[in-house]
Amino acid sequence: MAGLCESLPDFLCKFPAFSDVSIRAVRKSVDDGFKALVRSYVNAIDAMVQPLQWFLNYLERLFVSSPWPIILLIMLAIVYFGSRNIKITIGTALSMLAIGLLGLWNDTMVTLAMVTVCTLIAILVGIPIGILMARSDRVQGIVNPILDVMQTMPSFVYLIPVVMIFGIGKVPGLIAVVIYAVPPMIRLTNLGIRLVDKEVLEAADAFGSSGWQKLKNVQMPLALPTIMAGINQTIMMSLAMVVVASMVGVGGLGKNVLQAINNQFFTVGFLNGFALVAIAIIFDRTSQAYGKRLQKHSEVIHG
Amino acid sequence: MVSHAIEVRNLYKIFGPRGGDYVDAVKNGLGKAELNQKYGHVLGLRDINISMPAGGIMVVMGLSGSGKSTLIRHINRLIDPTAGEVLYDGVDVCKMSENDLREFRRHKTAMVFQKFALLPHRTVLENTVYGLEIQGVGQAEREKRATQWIARVGLSGFENHYPNQLSGGMQQRVGLARALTNDADILLMDEAYSALDPLIRVDMQTVLLDLQKELKKTVVFITHDLDEALRLGDKIAILRDGMVVQQGTGQEIVLNPADEYITAFVKEVNRGRVVNVETIMAPLSGNPEGMPIAKGTVLEMAARAMTSANQTLAHVVDENNRPVGAISLSAIISSMVTPTSHEAKAA
Repeated sequence: MAGLCESLPDFLCKFPAFSDVSIRAVRKSVDDGFKALVRSYVNAIDAMVQPLQWFLNYLERLFVSSPWPIILLIMLAIVYFGSRNIKITIGTALSMLAIGLLGLWNDTMVTLAMVTVCTLIAILVGIPIGILMARSDRVQGIVNPILDVMQTMPSFVYLIPVVMIFGIGKVPGLIAVVIYAVPPMIRLTNLGIRLVDKEVLEAADAFGSSGWQKLKNVQMPLALPTIMAGINQTIMMSLAMVVVASMVGVGGLGKNVLQAINNQFFTVGFLNGFALVAIAIIFDRTSQAYGKRLQKHSEVIHG
Repeated sequence: MVSHAIEVRNLYKIFGPRGGDYVDAVKNGLGKAELNQKYGHVLGLRDINISMPAGGIMVVMGLSGSGKSTLIRHINRLIDPTAGEVLYDGVDVCKMSENDLREFRRHKTAMVFQKFALLPHRTVLENTVYGLEIQGVGQAEREKRATQWIARVGLSGFENHYPNQLSGGMQQRVGLARALTNDADILLMDEAYSALDPLIRVDMQTVLLDLQKELKKTVVFITHDLDEALRLGDKIAILRDGMVVQQGTGQEIVLNPADEYITAFVKEVNRGRVVNVETIMAPLSGNPEGMPIAKGTVLEMAARAMTSANQTLAHVVDENNRPVGAISLSAIISSMVTPTSHEAKAA
C-alpha cells in the first residue's frame, strides 16, 4: 500500500490539516479568553463556592478531631439501623479497626468527609435534574448528550478548567468528583420515574392529583428503588474519583495512593487502596440493604 | 346527594397526531380500515350518543378493540375527544379548564381499574384514603371514612396489609373501597371484574348491586362479558369498532338483537335469568288463574316457583297485587330456549 502514495497527489496521502500556526492562534485566543474570563469573575466564583469550602472543612474537622470510638460507634449505628444486618455491622467494625491499626484512621476520615459532601451535592443536584428530564422529552434530549460527555470525557481533562477556575484545593477536587459522580444519579432518577406503572399514574390522574401530588405520592415512591441504585452508584464513583482528585489537592487516602504511585511504594499503595475498597463495600452493602428494606411491600404472599 | 345523568353526544375520537383533520372525512363515511391504511390514524370512537341514566348502572359492552375503555376515559377526560361533548349536570366535561377538571375528578368521579392500579407502597388503608388525601381532608376524618368502606367491601382486618399480600379479588375490593370512599356521584368501572376468576366475579357483582341499592350512584361499567352486562346493567350499550351497535335494557337486547353480531352474542345467554314475566305474559281473559307471581320476576324464578307449587298456570300481579296478565309454564319454557331463528341467523 505504501507504494500507492507515490502515484497520488500529496493531499490524499497526508491528511490536509489546518496549518500549525492557525491552530496555535485559535488555541491561544481561546485559552487567553478563558483565563481573562476567569480572572474577571474570580471574586464572585470564590464567594459562591465559599459555603462548600466551609461545609467541607467543618465536616472534615468533625470527623478527624472527634475521638475515634465515638465516630466508630456512630458509624456502626448508622450501618446497623440502615441495613438491620448484624453481619454487615460486624464487617464494618472489623474493617474500620484494621484501618485504624494500620495508621490510616485520619486519612480515612478525610476521605469519608469528602465522599459524604460529594454524595450529598450529587443527590441535591441530580434528583431535580432527573425529575425535569423525566417530565420533558426535550430536557431529556438536551441533558442526555451532556451526561454522555461527562461520563466519557477523561476526568483529567476537565480537571484543567476546574483548576483554572477554582485553583488548587479541596473545592475544585469536590467539583471534579461531583461532575464524575452525578450522571448515574440523574440517569437513574429519570429512568425510575419513567418506569413508573402507567396504570397507577392513570389512577392518580383519575382521582384528580395535581402534578406535585403525583410526583410526591406516586412517582418518587415508586422510583425510589431505582433512585437508591443511583445513590449507590454515585457513592462508588465518588470513592473511585477521590484518588484522581488528590492530584488537585484533596487529602486523605487518595493522596497517599498518589504518593505511592510517584515513589513506587508498593505496600503503601495497596494498604490505602484496600482502605478505599473497605469503605466502598461498607457504603455499598449498607445502602443496598437499606434499599431492599424500603421494598418490604413488594413481598408477595398470595399467588 | 342527587346523581345526575351523563349525556354523551356525537363523540368522536381519532388517535394520531392530526386526528382533528379527519373528523369530517369520518363523518362522511371514511372507514376504520381505510383511515388506518391511508392516513395512519386509528379510529377510536365514531359518533357515540348515549344517555347514561342518573342513579343507575350503565353497562358498555364490547370485545377488545371496540373502544369501550376509550369511551369510559372520556367521561373523566383521561382521554381528550377529537369532537363531541360529554355533559354532566349541564356542563361539558370536554371544555373544562385544567382546574375545573381536577375538581370534577376529585369530587364528582371515582374510578376502578381492570388491573386494580393500587399504590404498591401503601397499605390498604393508605390506598383507600388516597382520594380524600389529595382533596385535603384531615387524616382522622379520612381514615374514619375509609375504614367504614373497607368494612363494607369485607376487608376489615386487612387495613395494614400491602396490596401485594392480597389476592386479586381482595385487591379489587380495595380498588372499590378507594373509589367509594371518594363519595363521588359517578362511579367509573373499567373492566373492573374482568381480571377476577368467575366465582369471585359473581361475588363482586353482588357487592356492587347491594351497594348500588342504597347509594344510587351513576355507575358506568365496562365489560366484555354479556352475562355480567345483563346481570348489572339497567341499560346496556354494545360497542363494535368504535360504534354503538345497539343500546337498551338487557331484555330488549336479548329479545330483539339488532344484527347478527349481537345475535351471536345473545345466543349463549341464559334467557331465564334476563327476561321478565310481564314481557311474555298474555292478556288476562276472565278471572286470574293459578298462583300469583310478582311483576319483574325473571322467568327462571317464576318457573321454579310454579314447579315447586305444582302449578302449570299463574297470573302476574303488579305492585298493588292487582292481576295484570296470565302466564303458563309451557309459555315460560318456550321463551327460555333460544329461538331457532336466532340459531340459524348466528350460524
